[in-house]
Amino acid sequence: MASLSQKDLLSIEQLSVDDIRLVLDTAEALKEISSRAVKKVPALRGKTVINLFFEPSTRTRSSFELAEKRLSADILNFSASASSVTKGETLLDTARNLEAMSPDIIVIRHSSAGAPHLLGRECRSSVVNAGDGMHEHPTQALLDALTVRSLKGRLEGLKIAIIGDISHSRVARSDTLLFHKMGAEVWVCGPPTLVPADFHLLGARVTSLMEEAIEGADVVMMLRLQNERQKEAFIPSAREYFTLYGLSRERMRGARKNAIVMHPGPMNRGVEIESEVADADYSVILDQVANGVATRMAVLYLLSGKSGLKPARKPR
Amino acid sequence: MQLILRQGRVVDPSRKFDQVADVGIDEGRIAEIAPRIPGKGRREIDARNLAVLPGFLDMHVHLREPGREDAETIATGTAAAARGGFTAVACMPNTQPVNDSGAVTSFILQRAREVSKIAVYPIGAITRGSRGETLAEIGEMARAGIVALSDDGHPVSDGQVMRRALEYSRLFNLPVIDHCEDLALAAGGVMHEGYWSTMLGLRGINPAAEEVQVARDAILARQTGARVHIAHLSTRKALETVVRAKAEGVTNLTCEVTPHHLLLTDERVASYDTNAKMNPPLRGRDDVDALVEGISSGAVDVIATDHAPHTIGDKMLEFDRAPFGIVGLETAVSLVCDRFVRPGVIGLGRLAELFALNPARILNLEKGTLAPGAWADITVLDLERQVEVRAADFASRGRNTPFEGWTLRGGPAMTVVRGKVVWSV
Repeated sequence: MASLSQKDLLSIEQLSVDDIRLVLDTAEALKEISSRAVKKVPALRGKTVINLFFEPSTRTRSSFELAEKRLSADILNFSASASSVTKGETLLDTARNLEAMSPDIIVIRHSSAGAPHLLGRECRSSVVNAGDGMHEHPTQALLDALTVRSLKGRLEGLKIAIIGDISHSRVARSDTLLFHKMGAEVWVCGPPTLVPADFHLLGARVTSLMEEAIEGADVVMMLRLQNERQKEAFIPSAREYFTLYGLSRERMRGARKNAIVMHPGPMNRGVEIESEVADADYSVILDQVANGVATRMAVLYLLSGKSGLKPARKPR
Repeated sequence: MQLILRQGRVVDPSRKFDQVADVGIDEGRIAEIAPRIPGKGRREIDARNLAVLPGFLDMHVHLREPGREDAETIATGTAAAARGGFTAVACMPNTQPVNDSGAVTSFILQRAREVSKIAVYPIGAITRGSRGETLAEIGEMARAGIVALSDDGHPVSDGQVMRRALEYSRLFNLPVIDHCEDLALAAGGVMHEGYWSTMLGLRGINPAAEEVQVARDAILARQTGARVHIAHLSTRKALETVVRAKAEGVTNLTCEVTPHHLLLTDERVASYDTNAKMNPPLRGRDDVDALVEGISSGAVDVIATDHAPHTIGDKMLEFDRAPFGIVGLETAVSLVCDRFVRPGVIGLGRLAELFALNPARILNLEKGTLAPGAWADITVLDLERQVEVRAADFASRGRNTPFEGWTLRGGPAMTVVRGKVVWSV
């Protein structure tokens, strides 16, 4: 059985180009299952997957759960607000407790960057990062790549513009790393207050002019702007933000003719994206959601043979 | 004579002395240093192939007692210091309660007399509760025995409070040790802001947070004439500010660096190991290079550890939730010997200035010298000794070191306090 080169999926950074291709090809093949009358295959029968969510999430969590169910895994959902965990059990203890239940795969979403790494070091089971702080969201980047590849037929040579709050976005990091690795030309764009000074070192061209980012783009990816960025003095107002970085029909005219619009969700209509653009036929936001299930099925499937390998470092 | 150290290489920068000699000690004090001391001491130590230096003083440690005896105590912290080659430590006031009163100062000194084999010098808080608002009772603490003032861990953000503290400190000739950090610029960051913070998705600490505060302190030092010592300085720009002020005649401004800022860069955070989390954070290569230049050029006055023990339960958390700080007492001297003395970046004379003479001068202590009549506080080094860093062997309760498993050449061989051997290999 084909499998990934590592026990865990912690980041795009540590995936090879071959790993990425393998996930995308596998996901492509698994897509068909979701259109069957009986949407279930026995690939993970007898395997246990724990969904460990320390941060509220509807979209990612349902997507993982559906992927697990379609592969016939046994599922345990564990959610906790990170703050209540801080008062009681440490993440390390939680990890050891879960480990004692012998799961095969742990899917973790956590507000602290690096939390999945801690888990991966301590656990024999495979760990899948479902988003850690401002660090990475690797399955999101993989599903984005699957969406682009299915529609464009390739990743290499495409111009991908990622626009918005780059600093606080784990999606921006994972997408940049992935598309850059696969040979696309990645541009990131946002106000200077929301783009880290060293972001170009991740493989992106950086601009604060939206027109420059969109010019000739094949893919325009919009990021959500959180309300609290105003209070923290990153931007003056949502209104001014929209005039500078909102995606309007007019701005889309600068993109390539068959360009597509993406958004990892949830969207703020009228803040970073005009409603008409979100609902236009070149918007593939719902394709992303559908591809999310197939991508996560692929990741779980490819990791399911990996658990039981020794962790990178011995548990302390 | 009580003790004679025979034929070691005796290095004492206070007297520009560097030659193979015997060191005779009587009644706890240096009695004589001569090529050959006749007769026999009550105890004799063969110091051939060893270096005999004035006792090292770590002017920046956290002993955690009173309040967090689960992390460290005066007994374990001073035992760690002795094992690391230190004959004295100055302990920061961020205990629970904060050392902002004569009573807490007296408690620390009392405990030290009971349990410590090395000298302990308490540092008093600048402001009440180290809250940065009103002055602590500095005179009371001075009478009880503090050697410096600091709100370490909590910068004095209010410039006017800092100015008043500096003016007032002159009354007692106490140096003010400042943890320089503009909290608004630091913005809750957990590591150095740069490529690695971007890559790892961790909130960065803008180096300007340190640099603007160092600049403010340099200006206030010039204006008030008070003695200002910059704790754990960590960037090139901050060091340039200190060097410029000194060159302009502000000789009452001094600074220290830590071994970890001399040896590690922010890349060390890449595995989210919380033993790479400290404040100021590990910086970039250019900053590290500047600090290393600084210890050899003389721009840096002192090497101090910022020894900050934490329990495993407190430290082994998600990176952004873990407390800042690492232990340093038992690795500092070996790290500096291996990385800087053996390769010739600094000589033994400079080493003795950084670890003994300068900290003693800054704290107004008649220490850091092997002059006849001085207390016989001596650090003996073996530059050939192989040292493997193993946290499990530490005398400190803290295990939080980023140097676990490092193999080093050179380190302390013996620690002598007032003529008594308090630790030897």
